[in-house]
Amino acid sequence: MAVWRPDPTFYPSPRMAMKAPPEKLAYVVRLNPNNNGQPDAMCVVDVDPTSSTYSKIVGVTEMPYTGGELHHFGWNACSSMLCPNAPHPHIERRYLVVPDIRSSHITILDTKDNPTQPQVVKVIDPEELHERAYYSRPHTVHCGPDGIYISALGTPDGEGPGGIFILDHDTFEVLGRWEIDRGDQYLHYDFWWHLGYDTMITSEWGTPRMVEHGVLGEELLAGKYGHRIHLWDLHRRRRLQALEMGSEHQMVLELRPAHDPTKAYGFVNSVVSLKDLSSAIWLWYRHNGEWKIQKVIEIPAEPAEEDQLPDILKPFKAVPPLVTDIDLSVDDRFLYVSCWGTGELRQYDVSNPFEPKLTSVLQIGGIVRRAGHPAVSGPLNGGPQMVEVSRDGRRVYFTNSLYLPWDAQFYPDGIRGWMVKVDVNPEGGMQFDPNFFIDFGDQRAHQIRLQGGDASSDSYCYP
Amino acid sequence: MPTDLWAWLSLAGLGLFHGLNPAMGWLFAVALGLQEQRLSAVLAALPPIVLGHTAAIALTALLIAFLGVALPTPILLSLAGALLLVFAAWRIWRRFRHPRTRFRATKYQLALWSFLMANAHGAGLMIAPFLIPLLHGPDAALEHSGHTAHAELFSRSVELALLAVLVHSVALYLTMITVAVIVYRELGLELLRRAWINVDLIWITVLGLTGALTLLLGLRGLI
Repeated sequence: MAVWRPDPTFYPSPRMAMKAPPEKLAYVVRLNPNNNGQPDAMCVVDVDPTSSTYSKIVGVTEMPYTGGELHHFGWNACSSMLCPNAPHPHIERRYLVVPDIRSSHITILDTKDNPTQPQVVKVIDPEELHERAYYSRPHTVHCGPDGIYISALGTPDGEGPGGIFILDHDTFEVLGRWEIDRGDQYLHYDFWWHLGYDTMITSEWGTPRMVEHGVLGEELLAGKYGHRIHLWDLHRRRRLQALEMGSEHQMVLELRPAHDPTKAYGFVNSVVSLKDLSSAIWLWYRHNGEWKIQKVIEIPAEPAEEDQLPDILKPFKAVPPLVTDIDLSVDDRFLYVSCWGTGELRQYDVSNPFEPKLTSVLQIGGIVRRAGHPAVSGPLNGGPQMVEVSRDGRRVYFTNSLYLPWDAQFYPDGIRGWMVKVDVNPEGGMQFDPNFFIDFGDQRAHQIRLQGGDASSDSYCYP
Repeated sequence: MPTDLWAWLSLAGLGLFHGLNPAMGWLFAVALGLQEQRLSAVLAALPPIVLGHTAAIALTALLIAFLGVALPTPILLSLAGALLLVFAAWRIWRRFRHPRTRFRATKYQLALWSFLMANAHGAGLMIAPFLIPLLHGPDAALEHSGHTAHAELFSRSVELALLAVLVHSVALYLTMITVAVIVYRELGLELLRRAWINVDLIWITVLGLTGALTLLLGLRGLI
């Protein structure tokens, strides 16, 4: 229980975390789209190139319930435990906190004793979440300096408001709602923070009712999905400000604040523009004590023939890029952008966050493109989606499934699940690792977490 | 006054011990300095942190000074020893969460945080066994009688208690400023990963041992 020194995977600063040894294992959620009573599972992937089982799934832990859909997950503790204002340096990073976005279970897996065979140590029932926080459909997990923060898309009846609740990081009990004053915030999706500025940021997707049966065309065209981000006082738990992108930009998802706690800016993606189906990356930043936002990247839709497109896109005669995940390297230098619609992974140099430069593009899958991979023959479907960057920034991993009800709309012939790895040149540029292609068959893969931490799990209090 | 000297040195030593603990505040000062990228921010954060700690110690010290007038040394020692043991046991038995505050804390918030931090760790309680012999030392334990003498004894007790707090806090401040400046300017925070040992475990051990020893001393005096 009590350890003598801080967990070796905790780093005071992102600069030090960049020097962490390469990860040897990756944890990936596997979901079952077949509705046949088989549970979803946590897969353990060997990512050590010197190992004989490199690029193979070396362990599977099934969830102790069925009928859910695994999505995002996170570590119980990370580098933020070293923060001086709430120091808990002797807690271990050993548990994966795995929420279920459909059934609202939260499963706690212990990876310490046998990292390739995580053990289920606790399941938080949906009822506990409902009773203590009146939230449902838990989503993003972040290890905070004072507890485990988890976002939820909405309430048990499928409506809003969505928000954040706290899990005790020793007992894994739901402690309750995080918000004290939410203003007019109603929709929720992702959250993260600037620890150096005591600021929380939250984004907007839709309520469970608006997302669980696919995109609702009418509500989309009416601009009803999220188009704002919210800034909060992290300590006082009150909303300070909302930043509006305009209702033309629908669904504001992944928040990637700079890892350096002295920097007050970050990136967020909007999925689709009602004007031209483009996706955009926005930069929020602090200027003279006030937060502002501006568009820094726009990725256009690609024209396509009607017969190449799923029903939902036929009227538009174009493939939207559908940027659904982004990830920022630990040194805040490269931003990775998943274009799930067009089948591209883009790398931008964001050393100057106001002027990103496109440095590399890889193509794989895509609604029309169906690009292949050096390790397999023939076309692939699905597209780059959940993307994770190693702490040293040299390796990027990604999977190809978005969310079951939405997979079915954009890839109606069914997605074959895969996970791939990309090697990154430190000065920019990337190529597929030709020896890394994991075929999940008729199962699908979503978020990836790397052993010891990755670019989207740890936050830091020291520059 | 060999006993007295030993007690004074112990009070200063405890200041050193408390000051070295990263959770007591020097690390907070370094973090604020790094965030603002100037040494003056490190130096500005330390006085409120030391003041908060001092207030926590003074609270215990004054309580002992008041009780010291009414109670004989053996009883006071036994009480302090028992309290220390109970506190140590409670810290082992109950899961413990540190007080927290915002990262960009104001001076007032820093002081309050430091006050709560010191109390939560039993920092004040830890100095009790060293303060009691001072208050009831050869100088203070002269036979007194009558109301005037009683008042005199009382003000002398308070004076000694405050002096003890001062000695403790000066040692604390000197330790914190030395460590904070060296870490900020020279060493960097890489050392946290190795050197931030679980001080809580040491504290509980120290609390428990002093408690047991103090209780024994007190009980011996009673028999």
